[in-house]
Parts: sequence; structure tokens; C-alpha cells
Amino acid sequence: MTTRSAFRPIVFTLNGARASVRAHPMARLLDVLRESCGLTGTKEGCGEGECGACTVLVDGRAVNSCLVPVAHVAGRKVLTIEGLKGRHPLQRAFAEHGGTQCGFCTPGMILAAVALGPHPTLEDVRRGLAGNICRCTGYEGIYRAILKSGGASRASDSGTRNAGSTRQEKTSHAKGEARSRVPRPASCSRRRSRPAGRLAKAGVPPRRRRRT
Amino acid sequence: MGLVVGRSVLRSDGAAKAAGTARYVADLARPGMLHARTIRSAIPCGEVTRIRLDFDRAGFTIVDARDIPGRNVISLVADDQPCLADGVVRHVAEPVLLLAHEDRERLIEAEVRIEYRPGTAVLDPAASGRAFKTVSIAKGDLAAGFRRADFVVEGEYRTGHQEHLYIEPNGMLAVPENGGVTIIGSMQCPYYVHRALTALLGLAPDKVRVAQAETGGAFGGKEDYPSMIAGHAALVALKSGRPVKLVYDRAEDLLATTKRHPSVVRHRTGVTRDGRITAMDIEVLLDGGAYCTLSPVVLSRGCLHATGPYRCDHVRVTGRVVMTNSPPNGAFRGFGAPQTLFAAEVHVERIAETLGLDPVRVRAVNALRPGDTTATGQVLGEDTAALDVLRAAARRSGFARKRRAYRGTHRGIGLALFFHGAGFTGNGELHLQSKASLELTPRGARVLVSSTEMGQGQRTVHAQIVAEALGVPYEAVEVAVADTAVVPDSGPTVASRTTMIVGGLLRDCAVEMRRRLGRLSPAAYLRRHGPLVVTRQYAPPPNQEWDEDSYRGSAYGSYGWACDVIEVERDPVTEEIRPIRVTAAHEVGRALNPLAVRGQIEGGTAQGLGYALLEEVVLRGGAMANAQFTNYVVPTTLDIPPLDVLILEKPYAHGPFGAKGVGEMPIDGVAPAVVNAIRSLGVDLREIPATPERVMGAPEIGGLGRATDGSSAPGRSGRGQGTRGQGRGTGRRGWNPGASDAGAPKTRARSR
Repeated sequence: MTTRSAFRPIVFTLNGARASVRAHPMARLLDVLRESCGLTGTKEGCGEGECGACTVLVDGRAVNSCLVPVAHVAGRKVLTIEGLKGRHPLQRAFAEHGGTQCGFCTPGMILAAVALGPHPTLEDVRRGLAGNICRCTGYEGIYRAILKSGGASRASDSGTRNAGSTRQEKTSHAKGEARSRVPRPASCSRRRSRPAGRLAKAGVPPRRRRRT
Repeated sequence: MGLVVGRSVLRSDGAAKAAGTARYVADLARPGMLHARTIRSAIPCGEVTRIRLDFDRAGFTIVDARDIPGRNVISLVADDQPCLADGVVRHVAEPVLLLAHEDRERLIEAEVRIEYRPGTAVLDPAASGRAFKTVSIAKGDLAAGFRRADFVVEGEYRTGHQEHLYIEPNGMLAVPENGGVTIIGSMQCPYYVHRALTALLGLAPDKVRVAQAETGGAFGGKEDYPSMIAGHAALVALKSGRPVKLVYDRAEDLLATTKRHPSVVRHRTGVTRDGRITAMDIEVLLDGGAYCTLSPVVLSRGCLHATGPYRCDHVRVTGRVVMTNSPPNGAFRGFGAPQTLFAAEVHVERIAETLGLDPVRVRAVNALRPGDTTATGQVLGEDTAALDVLRAAARRSGFARKRRAYRGTHRGIGLALFFHGAGFTGNGELHLQSKASLELTPRGARVLVSSTEMGQGQRTVHAQIVAEALGVPYEAVEVAVADTAVVPDSGPTVASRTTMIVGGLLRDCAVEMRRRLGRLSPAAYLRRHGPLVVTRQYAPPPNQEWDEDSYRGSAYGSYGWACDVIEVERDPVTEEIRPIRVTAAHEVGRALNPLAVRGQIEGGTAQGLGYALLEEVVLRGGAMANAQFTNYVVPTTLDIPPLDVLILEKPYAHGPFGAKGVGEMPIDGVAPAVVNAIRSLGVDLREIPATPERVMGAPEIGGLGRATDGSSAPGRSGRGQGTRGQGRGTGRRGWNPGASDAGAPKTRARSR
């Protein structure tokens, strides 16, 4: 095996700072981020570009870092979950509205949501996140988190309820009706660059076409 | 409402998970660490004749069965599963050899060839001659029950494997230290791993330490198999004297680890003209795979839920879980109940079709009520809520109106009524003797339990329970890492028991701690009296008795109750079924954290939709042929329709603040509700997953025609088993009128 020092440095902007790594140009961006840069917030769930746990933003677009050779990001801006520094409103919203359970899809999910731009509609969110799999939440908590953090006002929490025997909690659900469409600036990069995103954009569920 | 319980407090691990700072096992490293790899069998059955290592062995640590210092078993129920195959393999992907190297590239490139003398593999559970366990439940006089029936309805129902597909693959880190080994990894049950390792390594219990790393989803899939992975990592660590990380990639996780048991369930039911069930005769067959794992317990729970939430005086349930040469099946959310409740609820739908009765009414007539007895003779308490959830879901979804409106369209609507026993089955909790401890801290308290956080919100809910009972703010309660060196054995994190059972112990600890504190603040108490740790051990509630031999008594402390109504749309060309709306009404005793409860219901429902419609483990020659995320298809955002969740509460007297378990129940009823919705389109489907191929291959429901509901009169509608072969492509809904005899009094449709 060739030692790392044999490779020419690849220079890119990582979370706002200059990064220079010596790695095989075809090394997965995922491995470089996790191992060379020590940024383990980017997760590997499948290694085949299906689950979206390794989603990072390259020049503002969501990509699966397990499919991106590190050479591709030379001269580009890479944003990982660490780059949000825990201060992005989506991060608080995911914790607050049930958008995270086991947490393994969460970094990728949040970055994919960041790529949607401000004030996405429910439909934008459904299509934009179709390449990010969550096995815990059924996605509802993720929708709540994104829609509530993206809006100007934060809806009141569901934390106060009345007591009584055989109580019923009516959960707000009429998503389509309740959440109005807020137009977004046309300049926002909100679509995924990878095939899953393209299929989703074309209205094709990206993961249902292939079967064994 | 309490000050803390009943509120959706901010989950304690949310910030770290959203920031990406939560540390999962793959994120951990130690100086001098080796990476390990498992070499597995490629055939389902046979003897290993030769192992060839075609690589330069410099720097490698190589471990086989001869390196095991203790007993070569993964100690759990039957102790039949070797940690490393010793000359004989019984399923594809059985571990044979371990390799480790500090350079992962070299590790991956190392080539190992195993030569075999193949044996004859048994892959069809019906042909298996070996049962891991049989169960027999009897109540009343079956023959007398059938004598009272006007009709007998029979049927056979099938479910396939299901893969958990937690997003974090399995992994373990083993560190040799203090003359033993420390394990850190992705797991549900640290003390299961601890027990397995002391047996495997022949070490004293205090030489094995097991701690949970942040765990990226489990759903039962990290209940038993982590003991295997921890065993492998520990063997390499002890042999090499270095820390060892063993993290599976997705393909290996899919090929090797456990799945949900496939099932075949047969029902024969006596019913009166007005829909009352007079007799139930049920046979359950589960495919256990090559080793016992948790199969006996899965079968037990499956059989105890096989009647569905219905009252009947004359019941027989017989069950078998058998050995085949496929990778062992194990725990998965629901644990046998989703399989048998699928059969029960599709069967009840067929009873309604046969009698020409409204499906809600048939369920309402038979639903268990407070004071009724189950098949095991358990008298149900006041918290029995089958009727409540049925009515709530039917009303909320507009079931009757939509059923009429969808007639003749490509839309269908169906429902399922179900229940789930919380906690270990029978005397399981008694045998576990779970302990929980609470340690006083200057600010409040620290929870010491071996329950693990795997996304469900254990840390948050346990802290809420303690805060409420101790009278301190939620933020003043810490939860210790589940580390066997620190926490007592609170039993495994399974069976919807973490809130109801372990949470109950914590409440008792907190009540005692509050009593000891008196008027002192925690800080003042510590200054005056020194450290304080309160421990409580499980004792069953009064009158909860169970006889394991006769299967009589209280099978569970309490049951949750639920009803799902699911609307679907069929593509008339491709026969694809798309769910368009789900209404899920769940009774949970008391929702200690409504957002967490909702998260369980939504997540379990989504997983159930995958089970019902998409998820198919394709086994070829005993190996999973679609062991990839790409072609084992789970629901994405675009596959999940709006989920309308209703939470009902009928407090359970012995649960903490009235809470019952809720983790598993949401997956139990989704598949039958989906299939019943498809049935309302006139498709006689009795099998999942309801892929387009199966829907296309299923016969028409006799007398109903496609796309109508079953409101015709008895004698005209319905059929029994009739044309076989749904899902096997035989006969495209070719209805043979001669086979439609289930509606005739006392005649039965022939079963195969």
C-alpha cells in the first residue's frame, strides 16, 4: 500500500477553514472526513449511496460523501454537521420536535434539510429528503422539526395537556392544510446533486424501482 | 398532569445527536487498535474440510475456535450457537474465522478460502424435523365451541422475514485491560453480552466489563447478536493483547445478523350468524433458522397474541418454532406478535366478509372488555381499552363513510384491532429479578440502570419519572451510561419493559429517596449523612400468577390496545399499493412523554408499512440475495403517508404514573390493516409483503367482485381457503364458484 505522504495534498474549504489532506484521490470523502480530519459526525450507514447518513454539503448541495472521491472536492466548500456548530436552528428543532431518536441519520438529515433552504413546504421536504432514510421516526418528527424551525414563528410545544382518564391527544396532522406554502428565493440551492435527488425531483420515488 | 411526567420535555440526548457529537462505536478509536474481520461460511450446511490462508500473515492476528478459552457458545436460551464454527457449519454466513490487522486495507485484501463437504440443507420450515420449542394453550372445550357455531371459517396466513435495518450497523470495540476485557459497543442488553462473554472467555464476572456506546437504532436487532460480535472482538483482543474494533458493513450486517421470524399461521374459527366467535383453533409455525437464539420466547409471545384482542370461551393455540439451515432469526419489535396478529386480523376480516357484516361491528362484538378472560384465563383489568381504540379510530378516520365512498374505486380502507402485552412473558420478569438504583447527587439524582438508549427516549423518560417522584427539576436528574461496572442488572432493554418495569422500579427508588431526604435538600443530605444509593428489585404485582407448564394465568402485567385504519390506493396497471393515510389510535396507560410516545407510534407504523408493502428478504440457497440497502427496500419519505396519531390513556395501576409499554405495539397492526384495505378492493390477499407481484397473483374474493365491500348477505359472499397460491403467481384471481362454500352453514372451505 502506498503511504499517505506519497499523495499530493488536496486542498478544500472545510467548515469555513482551509483544509489540506494527503490522501488517495479516489479515497471516499466520507473516510477522509472521519479519519484524516477527525470529523466523525458524518456517519456511514450503507456505503452505497442509499441511506443518506453520510450526507454533507459540497458548495451548498447535498451529496453522499460515501460516493464522492476526495479529489472531487478540491477547491470546493465542504460543510459537515460540525460546521453548524450546534447553533443552527434546525439542530435545536430536531431535538425539540422529535426529529431525532437514535440520532444516526440526524447529521445527514439536518444537512439535507439545510440544503432545502429557508421555509420549505412539506412537499419540498418530502422530496428533498427522499434520499435520507430514517428508521426510527416515520419522518413525522423530522417534518415537524424542519417546518417549525423554518417558519418565522415557532408553534407552541405539545408539552401541555389536560389530565383525565382515557384522554385523547389529537395530534395536529393535517400537514398539507395547516402549513402554508412560503415562497423561497429562487437562488437557493435546494435540490440534491445525487441521483436520488434527481429522481425525487422528477417525481419518482427513488428507491422503489429496484428489486431483487 | 404531573410537573414533569406527561410533558414533552426536551430529550436529553437530542442536542449531542443533532450536533454530530454523539459517539457511536464506529467513531471510537484506541491507540494501537486493530481492525477485525469475520470470515463466514458460504454454504448452508456442511463440514469444513480445509481453510486456506492465501496471504502474508505478518501483522495479522488470526483466531479460530481453538482459541476460545471458555465454552464455544453464545450463551442465551439454549447455548447451542457456537461463537466460531468448529468444523461444522449450519447456515450461510456462520462465523468460522477471525482476522485482525491494524491496516484496514490489508485486512480487507486478505484472502481466505474455505473448503467444505456439503450436507443436505433444510430450508423449508414445514419440512423441518426439529422444533426448538412447542407451545400449547387450551381454554374451554373446542368441540363444544364449534357445535355452537353457525359457520366455520378457515384460512392460512403467511408473513416473510423482516430486517431491522437500524441505520447504524452493528459494531464492537474490545479493550484488553485489568486481566480481562472491556467491551464498548452498539447494543440493547449489556448484561446479555456480559453473561455471554464470561461463558465464552472463562473469565470471572468482574473481569468482563460491558458498556454501551451511543446506539443508532436496534428494534430488537441488537438484543442477541451483539453478544456474538463482542465475543469475536474480545477473542481477538485477548489473543493480540491490543484493542480491537469490529464494525460490520451493511452487507455483512444484512447477511449475518438476525431477522424477524417468517410465519405460517392457520386459523379455524366457529362463528354465529351475528358474528360472535364461539371457537378458535390456531396453529402457529415459525422458522427459527439454524440456532435457537430467542426463538422459544418469540413463539411464546406469538402464541399468546394469536387470538387477537377477542374474547372466546373455547380456544386452542398450538405453536412450533423449527430449525432450518437459514441464518438464525431473533428478536424484532413485536417479537412474534406482528406475525400472529397479522393472521388474526386478516382472518377476522374474512369472517366479516363471510358473514356479510361490517368489519367494525364484528370486532366490537368480540373485543375483549374489562373482566373478560384471555386464552390463558387472565382476567383483564379496568385498563382494557379495545373498544375505546376501535371506536376512536373508526370515528376519527371516517371509516364507515370512506368505506362507502371508496366502493368501486381504486381506493380501499381497512382496519386492524390489536393489543400488546408489556414486559416479559409469564414469569419472565420474576426470573429476571431486575434491579434499579438511584444515587443522590448534590443537584438531584443519578439513574443507575442497565436499560439502554437506542433512540426510544429511555434516558429522557427515566429522568422524568425520577424527577417527578423525587420532586426535583427534570434537569437535575442524570442518567448513567449503561456500563456493567457502574449499573445494576435491570434486565434487557426489550419487550416494551423499559418504562413500565424499570421505570416503575425507579419510581420506587425515588419515592424512598424522597422519604429519606425528609426536608433536606440533596446537597444538605449529602453533607450531613454522606452518599446515598437506593436500590429496588422487581416484585410482581399481587395476583399476577403464571404457570409455565400449562400456559395458564397472567401472561403479562398489562396490555396496550390499538387500532389502525389504513387507506390505500391501487395502481390499476402495476398493482402497486400506495398507502394514502393512516389513523392510529393507541392506548398506552399514561403517556409520560407524549412526544416520545408519538415518536414510537409514528416510527413503528412506518416500519409496519415497510413490513406490509415493501420489505422482502429474498433467500436463495439459504443466503440473503438482496443484502444491500439498494434492494432491501424500506420506506422513504415518499412512501409514508400522513400519520394521524391518537393517544388514549387508561392508566395501569402498577405502571409508573399509570404507564404501560408502548415500544412494540405500533408495528403489530399495520400489516393486517394494509391487507384488509387491499381486501376491500376485492383481492383475496393473505400474505405479506403485499408487493405488486403478490397482489397481482392473488385471487378475487368470491362473491365480492373487485372494488366492493363485503356487505352482501351470508351465503352469498365470502369463501374459505378457496384458490390457493396468492403470492405464488398461480391463477390470476380466477374465481371458481364451486369453491365458495364457506358461507354455507357448517361447511368449511377446504384448506389445501
